[in-house]
Amino acid sequence: MNYLTRRLVTFPLVMLGVSILVFVSIRLVPGDAITAMLGTEAGLLTPDQRAALEAYFGIDQGWLVQYGRWLAGALQGDLGISVTYGKPVLDVILERFPLTLELALLSMAIALLVGLPAGVFAATRNERSSDLVVRILAMIGQSTPNFVVGLLIIFVLSVGFGVLPVMGTFTPFFENPLQNLGQMILPAITLGFAFAASVTRISRSAMLDVLSEDYVRTARSKGVPALGVIWRHALPNALIPVVTLSGVEFGYLLGGAVIVEQIFALPGLGRMVLDAILQRDYALVQGSVLFIALNFMIVNLIVDLTYALLDPRIRLGDR
Amino acid sequence: MTPLLSVRDLHVGFGRDPAAHEIVRGVSFDLDAGETLAIVGESGSGKSVTALSINRLIDFGGGRITRGAIDLRRADGGVIDLAAAPERALTKIRGGEIGMIFQEPMTSLNPVLTIGEQIEESFRLHRGLTGRQATAAAKDALDRVRIPDAARRLKYTPHQLSGGMLQRVMIATALSCNPRLLIADEPTTALDVTVQAQIMALLAELKRETGMAMIFITHDIGLVAGIADKVMVMQAGEAVEQGALDAVLDTPQHPYTRHLLGAVPHFEAGRAARSDYRRPEPPVAPPALTVEGLTVRFPVTGGLLRRRTGNVHAVDGVDFDLMPGETLAIVGESGSGKSTTARAILGLVQPTRGAFAANANTRESGNRAPVQMVFQNPYASLNPRLRVDSILAEPVIAAGGRLSAETTARMTMLLERVGLPLDSLQRYPHEFSGGQRQRLCIARALMLNPSVVVLDEAVSALDVSVQAKVLELLVDLQKEFGLAYLFVSHDMAVVERIAHRIAVLYAGQIVEIGDARSVLSAPRHSYTKQLIAAVPSIDRRHETFALDLRQVPSLIRPLGFEPEEAAWQRFGADHLARAEG
Amino acid sequence: MSLLRAILAHPSGRIGGVIVGVYLLIALLGLLGMTPHDPLMQFRVDRLHAPDAVYWMGTDLFGRDVASRLMLGISQSFVVAFASVALAATAGTVLGLAAAWFGKGWDGLIMRVMDVLLAFPAILLALLIIAVVGPGTWTSVAAIAIVYTPIFTRVVRGPALSLKTRDFVDAARTFGSSRHYILTRHLMLNLVAPLTVQVTLALAWALLTEAGLSFLGLGTQPPASSLGLMLSDSRNLIEMAPWLLIFPGLAIMIGILGFNLLGDALRDILDPKMRRAAA
Repeated sequence: MNYLTRRLVTFPLVMLGVSILVFVSIRLVPGDAITAMLGTEAGLLTPDQRAALEAYFGIDQGWLVQYGRWLAGALQGDLGISVTYGKPVLDVILERFPLTLELALLSMAIALLVGLPAGVFAATRNERSSDLVVRILAMIGQSTPNFVVGLLIIFVLSVGFGVLPVMGTFTPFFENPLQNLGQMILPAITLGFAFAASVTRISRSAMLDVLSEDYVRTARSKGVPALGVIWRHALPNALIPVVTLSGVEFGYLLGGAVIVEQIFALPGLGRMVLDAILQRDYALVQGSVLFIALNFMIVNLIVDLTYALLDPRIRLGDR
Repeated sequence: MTPLLSVRDLHVGFGRDPAAHEIVRGVSFDLDAGETLAIVGESGSGKSVTALSINRLIDFGGGRITRGAIDLRRADGGVIDLAAAPERALTKIRGGEIGMIFQEPMTSLNPVLTIGEQIEESFRLHRGLTGRQATAAAKDALDRVRIPDAARRLKYTPHQLSGGMLQRVMIATALSCNPRLLIADEPTTALDVTVQAQIMALLAELKRETGMAMIFITHDIGLVAGIADKVMVMQAGEAVEQGALDAVLDTPQHPYTRHLLGAVPHFEAGRAARSDYRRPEPPVAPPALTVEGLTVRFPVTGGLLRRRTGNVHAVDGVDFDLMPGETLAIVGESGSGKSTTARAILGLVQPTRGAFAANANTRESGNRAPVQMVFQNPYASLNPRLRVDSILAEPVIAAGGRLSAETTARMTMLLERVGLPLDSLQRYPHEFSGGQRQRLCIARALMLNPSVVVLDEAVSALDVSVQAKVLELLVDLQKEFGLAYLFVSHDMAVVERIAHRIAVLYAGQIVEIGDARSVLSAPRHSYTKQLIAAVPSIDRRHETFALDLRQVPSLIRPLGFEPEEAAWQRFGADHLARAEG
Repeated sequence: MSLLRAILAHPSGRIGGVIVGVYLLIALLGLLGMTPHDPLMQFRVDRLHAPDAVYWMGTDLFGRDVASRLMLGISQSFVVAFASVALAATAGTVLGLAAAWFGKGWDGLIMRVMDVLLAFPAILLALLIIAVVGPGTWTSVAAIAIVYTPIFTRVVRGPALSLKTRDFVDAARTFGSSRHYILTRHLMLNLVAPLTVQVTLALAWALLTEAGLSFLGLGTQPPASSLGLMLSDSRNLIEMAPWLLIFPGLAIMIGILGFNLLGDALRDILDPKMRRAAA
């Protein structure tokens, strides 16, 4: 059985595990769910009202039945009702998702556009001073938490230029692309900073490994000029670790960048999950965590498909 | 006329201060058009560095030419000093005027590009061909190296081809633009001996066809006898001797050349076989090891449900016995099942069926484990984090013993016997050379007084002159302790020096077994004949091999397949060969 | 000791080692309460006091000494980071070794469970755990440990699998060495190097995550001090009191940098691939 089929077969298995983990962890929250949702007001409920509410939220049965119902619903796109928003969970999630996706795409674009050339450049200048500069910058980039970067950006803008980033109501991209980008660029740079540093480091080390391979020496022995060696022979072989890292980081970003959304007051998925946790909106927590995990796994699957595109050994299935 | 290539006082160094760390120290030679120079030496002699300096690939390996000139006469008659040429000029010369092939065909081709793309690239770079023209040229290049079905193979990626095929592709690429010089850096070292013979035959034929000159780097002086016009022997960065092939081989001047020619095992078709032992008839003692019908099969699965679709018949009904004090060599090429046989006897692989029985060593007392093993790679078979005393103590502890004074005494005795200093006990494996490590492994195998030692390619990873010394040690130990050796090897020259009997394994089955001298001098089975004919030897000067494109049969058989019962033909007292249908 | 010498000889190891050493000292002083001022004491007259000879790094909105709170915050972060990484490394080593050694069904089961854990973005998994247990220092420890366990499991399983097929393990099998001997002497001993590297890098990451959780108000709870909390508090005061941002921000950045540099150096020193190239 080849690599890709194996990935496709384990996908639903892992997803099932994720759903169980999400479901069980929410049930582990101490106290009963109605009290958790309504707080002190729960004490004012009559037993009948309480029972009706439990039936409404589907928590009047045993765990197994609840899980079965939830899973069946989830498979049809019904993740339940969010108490805080009074809307279906999926609707709440989908409202927030475009912003999160855009932010993730922008940060990845920044990371790849900066990191890949920087890493490749440093690898070809191995141990020279230009390599050293790139490595030091990348090391600092990787070591700076994104909330420090975000706060520093705000600090420099406000103290240095007397301007504050736009933090009013969020404008979707298709309504007004320019205004949207104006709002998104600083958060994207904040997130892209460490991301670019990681891409730089991994592409540098992957390129260094590949440049010492026998087939690179063969290419040189054929008279392939330096640029051809780097772009045609070495880079395609060095991309797999870069794709892996970018995929994982991108997948994480699709789960929402809680901290950066918080700093720049963006209504993304991350803040929604945080609020849901603080508000004890468990249907929303459950639904969004499942949604995010699914996204993450789909991204991983795409990464695996990319491997197959990049490397015939995987495509032709003997790994 | 000026020579094609003239190297003068070449010095090559590495590191931050290349002049202080010279690997090549003042090498000079000339090469005329159409001539073949063999550069012979052991690892660290600087032979590969010399080769890589000629087309200046050494620049990319951290090396620097510190002194000397490399004058190449170009196609237009002009002369260029490659040692001083700028990189821009060098890319024109590499591939265009100097082609190169390397030791490891498996890793020397780019895994993500097709064979066709990699050959076409040369035509694009040096001939300006593109599109269909380049493809047609690439197909012709593959035809030229006798790759069947070339048009289809162009679309293959490297991992779909065998090592021998890949080396042909490498040759096709290197020769695509008709370079006037081919540098071949140990091009057959990683290949099986019959495949090696094919590649050597191909190179000889192409040389005749194109009239190119060749520099052939090798550690095996026997290999160049068939192809070289001139020989240069290198040791520690210097050319200690060079001259015409016959002169160097017949009347070597330098002691190191004499050492290479004398101390190193060369294949002599049975004439060098041991004569210190003859199988007693009838047997006087029970065999140290008997193997009957040993069969090892690995399941082949397919489809989504991983259903079993067949078996790999790695070892298929192997029988032999081994007497105390006797060496049986199991020879064969990769995929023949020789290592699997050894591993099955040690219990590292579960045999599908078959029986084996080992008897305790009768000469030594306190035998606790009758069969012990020495592995091929001395760097991988010693735990790098354990001290030598722990390493030697491990078998004793495993057998339920303890670190008594007796154990320590045996350790020091064995260390001394294998020729290692006594303070070795407190050291770690990385402080020893490859040969010393293999001595450690031998000492470890003898800790429990075995009756049989399985030596799986035990000297293959060692330099040729180290090989000879370890072989001597093995013979001495055999006599002293009455050991029986099961010596698994692909190297016929080594086998000739150590074996009393030989079993030839082909596709999981013994095809010929018997007295070493008899098997090597008068092989009876067609495969044994082919194998022995392929072994390079200094006696076979200027001899070439016929091209043969036979493939090894697939070992994958459908479920329920059983091989036919073997029919044996007897040739003399101790020599059997499988009858061929 | 030769390891220490090798670290000091390595350019980034030297810098990283010194940084980590200084931070460990600060953390120790913080834990012992040897700070310039009482970190909880509110000097009400000196609110938002700029850095000077008395308050080296200024004071915060409540008039508390930033330098003292920074020292306490560093000890707090280090306690969480070391505790969580110790837990994750232990759990990951046991699980990874078990998966590699028993293979087949066990390997499949363990690695699928790890896949499930890895299917959550790290901070989200931590959030989920905090949602269940409630915020607090020890919740952060548990959350970070659980998030990092699958990574340690992989780090151990990979090399353990390849060690298992090495000739010296095969040799041990031919002697009949016990499972315990092979696991401890042949596998564990050779895993120390990759684990050391991973532990160092994991510490950097744990510091980062702890700060992030505290920043969101889900980690260390006030009035206790933590670097993330300090940064979070500085948010609305950036213009008035930039020292509230600069010092904790630099402190956390340099601390993480120290572990990253040390980890890189250790990888260079301990990675057998690199060492072979040098030999």
